[in-house]
Order: sequence, then C-alpha cells, then structure tokens
Amino acid sequence: MQKEIVIKTDKLTKRFSDFVAVNEITFEVYQGEIFGFLGANGAGKTTAMKMLIGISKPTSGKAAIAGYDIDKNTEEIKKSIGYMSQKFSLYEDLTVKENITLFGGIYGLNDSDIKIKSEALIQKLGLQNEADKLVASLPLGWKQKLAFSIAIFHSPKIVFLDEPTGGVDPITRRQFWDMIYEAAHNGITVFVTTHYMDEAEYCDRVSIMVDGVIEALDSPSQLKQNYNAQSMDEVFLMLARGAKRGD
Amino acid sequence: MRTLLFLLRKEFLQIFRDKLIIRMIFIMPVMQLLILPNAANFEMKNILLSIVDHDHSEYSKKLIDKITASGYFKLVNSSQSYDEALKQIEQDKADLIIEIPANFEVDIIKENQSNLMISANAINGQTAGLAISYSNSIIREFNSLIRTDWIVQPRLNPLPTIEITSSNWFNPKMNYKFFIVPGVLGLLVTLVGFILTALNIVKEKESGTIEQLNVTPIKKYQFILGKLIPFWVIGMFVMTIGFVVSFIFYGIFPEGSFIVGYLFAGVYLIAILGFGLLTSTFAETQQQAMFIAYFFMMIFVLLGGLFSPIENMPDWAKVLTYINPVSYLIEVMRMLVLKGSSFWDLRFHFLIVLGFAIFFNSLAIFKYKKTV
Amino acid sequence: MKQLFNFIKKEFHHIFRDYRSMLVLLGLPIVQLLIFGFAITNETKNTNIAILDNAKDETTQQIISKFENSDYFDIEITLKSNDEIEKEFKSGKIKLAVVFQEDFQNELFHSNKAQIQLIADATDPNQATTLVNYASAIIQDYQTDLNSENKLPYQIKTELRMLYNPELKGAYTSVPGVMGMILLLISTMMTSISIVREKELGTMEILLVSPMKPYLVILSKVIPYFVISLINVTTILLLSVHILGMPIQGSTILLIAITIIYIFCALSLGILISTITDSQLAAMLISLLGLMLPVVMLSGYVFPVANMPIILQVISNIVPAKWYIIMVKSVMIKGLGISGIWKEAIILLGMTIFFIIISIKRFKIRLA
Repeated sequence: MQKEIVIKTDKLTKRFSDFVAVNEITFEVYQGEIFGFLGANGAGKTTAMKMLIGISKPTSGKAAIAGYDIDKNTEEIKKSIGYMSQKFSLYEDLTVKENITLFGGIYGLNDSDIKIKSEALIQKLGLQNEADKLVASLPLGWKQKLAFSIAIFHSPKIVFLDEPTGGVDPITRRQFWDMIYEAAHNGITVFVTTHYMDEAEYCDRVSIMVDGVIEALDSPSQLKQNYNAQSMDEVFLMLARGAKRGD
Repeated sequence: MRTLLFLLRKEFLQIFRDKLIIRMIFIMPVMQLLILPNAANFEMKNILLSIVDHDHSEYSKKLIDKITASGYFKLVNSSQSYDEALKQIEQDKADLIIEIPANFEVDIIKENQSNLMISANAINGQTAGLAISYSNSIIREFNSLIRTDWIVQPRLNPLPTIEITSSNWFNPKMNYKFFIVPGVLGLLVTLVGFILTALNIVKEKESGTIEQLNVTPIKKYQFILGKLIPFWVIGMFVMTIGFVVSFIFYGIFPEGSFIVGYLFAGVYLIAILGFGLLTSTFAETQQQAMFIAYFFMMIFVLLGGLFSPIENMPDWAKVLTYINPVSYLIEVMRMLVLKGSSFWDLRFHFLIVLGFAIFFNSLAIFKYKKTV
Repeated sequence: MKQLFNFIKKEFHHIFRDYRSMLVLLGLPIVQLLIFGFAITNETKNTNIAILDNAKDETTQQIISKFENSDYFDIEITLKSNDEIEKEFKSGKIKLAVVFQEDFQNELFHSNKAQIQLIADATDPNQATTLVNYASAIIQDYQTDLNSENKLPYQIKTELRMLYNPELKGAYTSVPGVMGMILLLISTMMTSISIVREKELGTMEILLVSPMKPYLVILSKVIPYFVISLINVTTILLLSVHILGMPIQGSTILLIAITIIYIFCALSLGILISTITDSQLAAMLISLLGLMLPVVMLSGYVFPVANMPIILQVISNIVPAKWYIIMVKSVMIKGLGISGIWKEAIILLGMTIFFIIISIKRFKIRLA
C-alpha cells in the first residue's frame, strides 16, 4: 500500500543576502512516520522547519504540506498542522486550562469538544491539581508535555517539534517520547528536530543536515550499516566533522 | 469571529493579571492629574521683587505699596543700591528689580516725565515677559491715578482718550489649571493607548508566543483586532477616570457634550493604538519599544500645545503640529471642556483624526506579516 | 586592569549593537533641544484675531490697519455682530476679539472718550494676558500718536532691562534642562538597566564568582555610560552654542567639572536602582516614570518651581537634576564662579555619597 506523502519538498532554499541557510533540500515524509530532522547547531534545521510551517518564505524551490503548497496555501496548511517551538511557547501568565482553551478555540474546536478534550488531557497528564495554576509555576518537564499536548489538541495531520527536549532530564525525555509514539500510533505524523543523537534512534527515519544540505536520509539502522557505525552519534560525527558552520 | 472572542478573553485575562499594567491604569492617571496641573503652573504668583528706591517720596512709597498689594509680587528686598539688588538676582533670591530714580516724584510733577528701570531675570523668557507685563499694567494704573489727581476738570483735559476694557471668556478666573487639565487628560489617554499597546506586542515577540500564534490559522485582522480592542476599552476607561478625578479635584465639568468627547476619544484611540502597533513592528525588545515610544511621546506632547500655544510656534513647527494627532486631541479636549464646542465646530478635527486612524492602522496591518 | 578593559569593551559592543536604542539616546537630546530652542517660544506671532467694527469710521480704520501691520496679529475675521463672537471662539478660529463701540470717532473727539473692548479667549490665561497686553500697546501707540502735539503730562516711562537673556531666547531656559534630563536618562536609567540585565541573564553570578572584584564589575558597567554621557553633553553644548546661540559666560572648565559631578551622582543613582529591582522592565519603568517625569516637572525645567504648591517644592529638592540645572544656569548664563555654585555642588556630592553607601549596604545584604 502506497503510504500517503504528507511532506514533500523540491529543492527548497532559503537565502539571506549571500548566505544560503538552506540549500536546495529535497525529501519526503510519509503519513504516520516519526521523522527526525537532525543536524548540528547552525546547520539550517530551524530555518528549514520555519519554511515548512509557513512562517518563513522560501527563496526558491517548492514544498507541499498535507498536499497544500507552502507558497500559495499557507493558511490551509496551518489548519492541518501543530507546532511546538523551542521555547515551548505557552502563555506563562495564563493557567493550564486557559492555555488549552485558547488554542482549542483558535483551531476551531467547539465549546463542548474543548471541554471534554481538555478534561481528558488534564487527567492524562496528571495535572488535575495544577489545572488552574499559572503555567509559569510548572516545572520544565510538565510545561514541555503540556506544550506538546496542546500542539496536537486539534488532531492535526502533522505536528512539528523544534528541539522539544532541551534542558529536561532523561526520564522526562523518555516519557515525552512515549507521548510521541502514541501520537504517531494515532496517525499523526511527527516531524521533530533535535541534536540529541540518542533520540535519533527512536525515529522511523532521520535526515542529517550539514551546512544547509541534507547529507544523509534513511532509517537509523540503515544509516548505521552504511556508515559502519555503532550508534547514530558516530554516524553524525562522521558526517558533521567537515562542517563549516556551527560548533 | 469566534477566534476573536478567544483572543480577547486571553488578552483581558493577561491584562488583569499584570500588576504593572493595573497600576498604570489606575494609579498613573490619578497621579498625573494631581501632580501635573499643580506643577504646571505658569501663573505668576510670587514674583520675587527687589526694590531699589532712590527717592523715598510719597509717590515712590505709594507705587511700592500698589505693587506689593497686587498679589503678584513678593517683596524680598528693599535697598539703596542696584548692585545689591543684582546680587539677589544672581542668587536666585529675586526675579525682578524695580529701580526708582532719585527725584522721581519731583520729575513727574515738574518735568512731566520720569523713568523707572525694570530689570528682569530673563533666563526664562516667558516668566520674565509676564512679570514685566504685570508690572507695566500696575504702573500704568498708578500713572492714571496720578493724572486724575492733578487733572480735575474735564475742560483742562482736551485730550481724547481711548478707554480699553478687557474681558476674559471661558476661563474668567484665569485659572491656569483649566488650561492644563484637559491637556493632561489627552496626554493620559495617549500614554495608555500608545505605550501599553507597543509594549504588549513586543513582549509577545520576546517570549516567542507570537511565533506560536503565527503558526495557527489566526488571520491577521483577528490578531490585530484582538490587540486593539482590549486597549481601546482600557483607554476609554482611563479617560473616564480622568474626568472623574478632574471633577473631584478641580471642579472641572465639561461645558460640552460627553458624547462628543467620548466619540472623539474613541476615534483618536484607534489612531493612537494603530501607531502603537506600528511602533511594535519596529522594536525587538521591550526596552527598544519603550525608548521609541518615549521619544515620540516627547515630541508629540511638546509640539501638541500642552504647555505652550501652537500659535506662537514658528511656521515649520506649526506644520509639524498638523501631522501630530496629539495636538488635535488636546485642542478638542480644551474646546469641549472649556468652551462647550459642538460636534459641528469640531468636524474637521474629527475628520483628520479619522484619517490618522485609517492611515496608521493600514500601515500597521501591512507591516505586520505572519511570514518573514 | 586588562580584565576591566575587556569588560568595558564588551559593554560598548552591547550598547552599539542595539542601534535603535542608540538612535534614541543620541537623537532625543538633539530633537528636544531643537524643539525647545525653536518651537516652544512665548513670542506671540501671527495670532488670529477678529475685529468687530461697530463704527466703521476713519479712526477705527486707522487703528485696524495698525493691527493689520502688526507682526503679532493676523486679522482672520471681520465680524458683523456681537453674536458671532462666541461662535468664532468656540470654533477655535480666533483667540482675541477687538470690538469698537458705535460712533467711535465722534465719541472720541467730542466726548473725549471712546471705548474699545478686548475680549480674550482665556483658555490659556497667559496667552490671553499677553494678547491683551500687546493689543493695548498698539492702541496706546495710536493714542500717543494722536496726542503727539499735546504731550501727555505726568508720564511714567519704564525702561526695560532683560538680564542674562536680552533676546528672550527660549534656549536659555531649556538647554540646562535638556542637559539635566538627558544625563539622567543615560547615566541613571541605562546603567541600572545594564546591571539588572546581567542579573536577569544570570551572568552576574558568573561575574561575581570570578576573581574580578565586585566593584570592578560595577565599574565596568558604569564607565561606558560615563563616556557616552560626556559625548552627549559635548554635543548638546556645541549645538547650543553654535546653533541656538547660547553663550558660555562663565568658565567652561567649571561647567565641565559640575557636569562630571552630576554624572557621578546620576550613575550612583543608577547603581542604587539596580540593587532594588531584578527585572529590566521594572528598572526601566522606575527610571522613566519615577525619575523622568518628576525631573521634567519638578526640576524647574519647564515650570518655575516657585509657583508650585509647597509639597511639590519640597519634593523637588531631592531631584538631583534640580541642583544641576541651577548650577548650569549660574555658570553658563549668569557667568558666576565657584562662589556662586558651591552650595549646590556640595548637595550633589552629598547625594552621590548617600546613594553609594546605600548601594553598598544593599549589595552586602544580598551576598550575606
């Protein structure tokens, strides 16, 4: 059965004056996949993702998200995707419940849906006691899980996660990835950028960006085989060693 | 539309949780209204006067009495030497010196003329000018008194005299506060609308939540309305507080119609909020937003006629006041509160401010892009 | 020492990279100077007035043409009846109405008395007073011409001497004020924000843990703003002298000396503020609303302090700018020497020491 292609790019490029941040990347992501978008700091991952989610205009090239063209149908795309930014951008001065309600409403869920789903969500995350507390008072790990849950609250086709596990302890990271698995199992495609190479092992397929170009794209096991490596860490080091950008 | 409601709910929740803003909304207007009109007093009351009397005649004494009785002046020093009086001015102990020459009385009677010397500390040209105006009018009065003393019969006065009478309308008690308070009201509304809006949006930029919103299907106009409406409401609220405070503390009750006042303020707020929006697109941090806002506020307020009449400004400055929305608001406030001007009188002001509203907001919407 | 240099360099980098703030910091004083120097004058010129000539005879015409020829007034409207006066005032078109009584000429030359009524819009009481004065002067001029063959007896003439500022330039009172304000803005506000920023970012702790002594850390923050303040003051002085035509009657060195004292005071105040708050926004707001507004209002910059209620006058004494402005006026405009300003200088020095002591105390408390 041919899997549906939910993300397709064709020589997608982003240039700032004479600096090419993203250089003609071409790839596809299938429905239900957990796709890891890897690369060192400065490789161009975040810039690329910003184009895919419609807040940055490509300099050249094309891309289609959930079948919609990112140049022409940006607004349609937004209805079908979810996003969790690096800063977990929740409103710190609103409560847990208020944040959920806000984004639920923005994505067009009706009142009763919002009520039911938010109660379910609060239960699931174990935030019953914190539901009416300001997000600012939550520890980092809970904010992270909440941000992810809100990103998929409206059951989007694809959810984009930008470095979602920064600064969180390993146990919480593991729990977070459990949530990602569950979402993928429910049919949501997960597009996640990270520079934690161990997380790469959790993905169905990964791509590795170096200096704005995709140097490798395959499943983790295949990549390890191709590069004769024991871990994704090694694969990455081999590819990124010659990199001119980043640290 | 529903999206807008959700946005509005979020904004109001945030605003009422923000202690800083609450303080600004309630405390600042009251403070400004209490302090500014009391401080902003160009009324000349205690002009410090130093007299140098070389004559010591009945006339000189009478003149001194008349001056000190006027209430404008406070006699701080009386001496024989101009130099001593000058020292007073150097030490800021006196503002004005009136020197009465020797033979003052004799010269008036016999030579028909005597000269008084008035020296004023002119560093502040305005206060100096006023002090001299007051002195001059008192001296003139004194002069006519002398003349009527000596000229008894009308037949001996074949001279045609033009009698000048003056009356002051709209502010018969010449209360400077009546001039300042409406202006300060305008200033308040502007401050709230402009600064709060600009800061608010930049804060979202800084925290990254604006990016989060940009990824959602929210439309541009929904986002902008979601920002404008709450602050519009607050602006109108602040104006109401302003009216109440003005009434309680200064007894100022608008002569004109409240409806016209609120209508104008409503349109004006839309304009100034648009300008705040525009400003927020230029700043990346709250500090920058604050600076830019302060910069423009300064210029607008100074050139808006708050402290000194626009009529007196040189032509190039007058041109600037035409494109300064604040000057229209201040003028309308004054005209409405003191003269009771009607909507028809103010129609041009309305039109122009409406134009500003459309202009600033269009520009802001254009500049605010969800995409980079 | 080298460490100190590096930190100072870093601070400068940070300042200059934020070009928007820079623009405002450097541009604001210039703009203010220009506005206060040129736009905010109290010279009355071309004010719109209306004439209601109930007599329409030769004399009234002569007087009216005197008004026409005057720079002070612009005859905007010729009214036809008393009822129109209020309307024109309400529409804001005129500020003064000159009303000649009926039969003016006849009354003047046969009954020896004729009346002109001056009606002023007293919304701005001072403007009204000034306009009435000027109009009266014009009318009296005419009267004097009329009676030139018969000299008016018992004349008291007044000679005017405008001390220090014969041309009544607005700059004289505004330049010292702008200097006071801008130095406060840069030295106090920017310093406090800069120190608090390090606290917010968490890098302050790192600096404190380093072998560099705390006072050197603070010094590295303070020195750049000291330099920028000096640059700004120099710019302001150059502008004032060459474009606004202000003199420096007294010693320039003394002027610079008192400026440096004031900058120290402002810097120490900035340090004090930084020990009070932990957020940049709060530091900014305290400086702007808590300092700037009182400075502008109570320092004598715009309004003469003597006219204010006593409470405000007392409060104005704790505003450092007030003392600085007095000193600047004394040296720059009045040409006084040290003897004229030593009192104010001591007050500022006292304030500086006070601020520093409290800052040190607060700083030690936090560490303990």
